[in-house]
Amino acid sequence: MAERRSRYARDPLGLKRALSDRLLPGLVAAMALLAAIALAGSRGAEALKDRWQHGAAAAVTVQLPPEQAGQMDRALEVLRAMPEVASAVPVDSDRMRQLLRPWLGEVPSLPLPAVLELRLKNLALDPAPIAERLAGAVPGAELESHGIWVARLAALARSVQGVALAVLALVAGVAVAVVAVATRAGVASRRQAIEILHDLGATQGDIAGRFARRIGLLAAGGALAGAAIAVPTLAALSNLAAPLAGGEVQPWTALPWLDLALLPPVAGLIGWATAQLSVRRWLKRLP
Amino acid sequence: MVRFTAVGLRYPSPDGRAGPEALSDLTFTLPEGSFTWLLGASGAGKSSVLRLMHLAQLPTRGDLEVLDTLVRPERRAALPALRRRIGVVFQDFRLLPYLSAFDNVALPLRLAGRSESSLRPDVTEMLRWVGLQGKELSLPQQLSGGEQQRVAIARAVVTRPALLVADEPTGNLDSLQARRLLALLTQMNRLGTTVVVATHSEELVAQFPAPSLVLDGGRVVHHG
Ligand SMILES: Nc1ncnc2c1ncn2[C@@H]1O[C@H](COP(=O)(O)OP(=O)(O)O)[C@@H](O)[C@H]1O
Ligand SMILES: [Mg+2]
Repeated sequence: MAERRSRYARDPLGLKRALSDRLLPGLVAAMALLAAIALAGSRGAEALKDRWQHGAAAAVTVQLPPEQAGQMDRALEVLRAMPEVASAVPVDSDRMRQLLRPWLGEVPSLPLPAVLELRLKNLALDPAPIAERLAGAVPGAELESHGIWVARLAALARSVQGVALAVLALVAGVAVAVVAVATRAGVASRRQAIEILHDLGATQGDIAGRFARRIGLLAAGGALAGAAIAVPTLAALSNLAAPLAGGEVQPWTALPWLDLALLPPVAGLIGWATAQLSVRRWLKRLP
Repeated sequence: MVRFTAVGLRYPSPDGRAGPEALSDLTFTLPEGSFTWLLGASGAGKSSVLRLMHLAQLPTRGDLEVLDTLVRPERRAALPALRRRIGVVFQDFRLLPYLSAFDNVALPLRLAGRSESSLRPDVTEMLRWVGLQGKELSLPQQLSGGEQQRVAIARAVVTRPALLVADEPTGNLDSLQARRLLALLTQMNRLGTTVVVATHSEELVAQFPAPSLVLDGGRVVHHG
């Protein structure tokens, strides 16, 4: 009996019943799950982008076989004449040796291929016709387009990250709207009690604080559940993505644990602040 | 002390525009420690005057001074603390339906930040005073109209307010209970509380003679 008494004492607005125990946390849990997926997508895309951008510095390379090394000027002339090519520069043999030293050691006598670096005006272009025309002018010339793919993947990763952040902003916006609607429903169903507390001398901060604490707690609980559901989902996804991000990654270590841990407090804060604002705005109608 | 100076009150009409004045040109002073009957026919404006006195409503014109504080809409932040020095018995009780009699009476003390251990004896004593010992844990719907009214009275006086306003507090009481309630109110008045009681029971007024403020059509027609 004493327990019941003190339970009600802490909840004179009857908010435990007015603010449904399941609907709001359920919605917030779903949104937390979406937020977790978006966050993980953003983090994953960032990791892929970083990895691929290392490779992308190589751009597109053209190799002339050692016996055609004298044709470098001809190759440059042909390439620079092509409208798709933004720039073409030879890689001098000293730098070649430098690049190769870790693999080959000091071998000055080894015949090295002549190499040039290209930049294309448009990443989306198919490099195959360029290779064909070049091979027509300089027999044996080969075009290595790996860099194009890397750059394309990096661009894709960047837009995936952008979309993920936009989804995150959208989820936060929907969360604010859901909490505002829930708060308004709670206020409507406890209108009389609010007016009684107000007439007995409760401050706006007191009344708004009671709503905000309750709603913040429900939102944080919902987000905790959503984050918990997200863990196995993200572990499975990260398992699939691991080979792309550098191979031997353990799914558990790849999860954005910090982001997941921040979801409940952030959701609680959003709920608390939104409830404060909605209730205070409603209370303006009372003297 | 309660002072009305040329006070007018206009309720908004349902279409949102300002309706007719429910109270007009009220000018009177109730001295500190006084006991006043507020009389008048139904619709005369008694409840409206009391709502102004306990700051549930602000005047649309004129000056209102309650417990030595000039009440102004731009000083809203000061109103909650002022309200906590005023006890109110509402005409319709206004108990919280999901709180026990004890918790309803304890509510104003809890809002004022009193500790659980210190408010318990006060609430228990107040419930005994209005004859509700043993009913502490009953919910309002488990109580009769008269018992609910006595819970409302206990809630109004438990804070030992400086000003006590009661809106037809004997409406649901038999004549014995009504006399006991009035004895309680006059006792509080003797201890220094300014008391205003709205009623249309001439029998009660005759039993407890005191100055009266008589309203008709939202205006004061007699004071003294
Ligand atoms: N909330 C309200 N909205 C609009 N008009 C009201 C409201 N409360 C009271 N009135 C009007 O104010 C006048 C006085 O009412 P009230 O103060 O309740 O009188 P009494 O308590 O003496 O019966 C009545 O004409 C009533 O219709
Ligand atoms: Mg009335």
